Amino acid sequence: MQIAVVNVARALAPTDSPVLAAFMAGLEPVNALADSSPGFVWRLVDESGEDATSLRPYEDDLMMINLATWESVESLFDFTYRTAHLEFLRRRREWFEHLGEPAVALWWVPDGHRPTPEEAVSRLEHLRAHGPSPEAFTFRDRCPAPSPRISVS
Amino acid sequence: MDIEAIALLQDPVRRRLYEFVAGAGADVDRNEGSAAAGISRTLAAFHLDKLVEGGLLDAVFRRPEGRAGPGAGRPAKYYRRSEGEFAASVPPRDYRGVASLLAETVAEAGLDEQAVEAAREAGRAGERVPLVEALRARGYVPLEKDGEVRLLNCPFHTLAEEFPPLVCAMNLALLEGLADGTPWTARMAPGAGRCCVALSKTNEL
Repeated sequence: MQIAVVNVARALAPTDSPVLAAFMAGLEPVNALADSSPGFVWRLVDESGEDATSLRPYEDDLMMINLATWESVESLFDFTYRTAHLEFLRRRREWFEHLGEPAVALWWVPDGHRPTPEEAVSRLEHLRAHGPSPEAFTFRDRCPAPSPRISVS
Repeated sequence: MDIEAIALLQDPVRRRLYEFVAGAGADVDRNEGSAAAGISRTLAAFHLDKLVEGGLLDAVFRRPEGRAGPGAGRPAKYYRRSEGEFAASVPPRDYRGVASLLAETVAEAGLDEQAVEAAREAGRAGERVPLVEALRARGYVPLEKDGEVRLLNCPFHTLAEEFPPLVCAMNLALLEGLADGTPWTARMAPGAGRCCVALSKTNEL
């Protein structure tokens, strides 16, 4: 199994505005860092082929999505919080609103599965409605990968 | 039991060894340990192994740097600080539990910036002592090398794992506050197994 992660964020301004300039400029190196990090499998990109900044998962011109799959929760955690990505994350309030509800959800997917934005949004909505469960969970309340083996004891 | 692990450090020689290993910035073998504590290699190995038994250090076996392949000899035993965390309070207190609740509340309410500013002020309000001393007093285990200070310990480790963006940002601000008015500048330098902040000397001062 691989771990899927979705992150939604509502920008303070359109992506071509000066408010988002530093965020947009920082995307390429951060994405390159993700792509070369141990455990990285796949991330969603739009027609540009570079990133997902033009995709709008909700009927909201400012709501953006980031969707990826990784080999393990640990490798995803280490990239997210223990690389230069952390500096990017630390500055998120300069560019994005505080949503007041979970913005990140994790769930297990079969190897090679590439979740769609619709699937990702429904996982996030599940987390928001029901709290952490194997359907959708958080870094703090992790659920182990479902084991394909049948228990004999 | 945490208290038994901590009690191992009551022996001054063992405590010196522990502090040497924790502050070394690299794995340590018994020869280095014996030189640092001023005791024989056999005695150093005895105490280091006691610290491993108690869970304060981890022992790892590997070939010495720069030696590999046939003829490189047997792997040597090295020591490093363990990932474990030990605390004892008499009478019982649970500041970590309440810190976790407060951090959760701050994160959910989106009060990150206020918390970060409070941390910066707390750093600035610190006593004006040389930076490395101030860092040591706060539990950071600084290692100065090539005009840079790396921090070998995150004093907020468990909380930083639970709430990374919030606690790491507060930590950076606290260190920026501490470095205020000194020739040092704090910056984010995250990496697994150490504090996410490093300090460098500012050239113009």
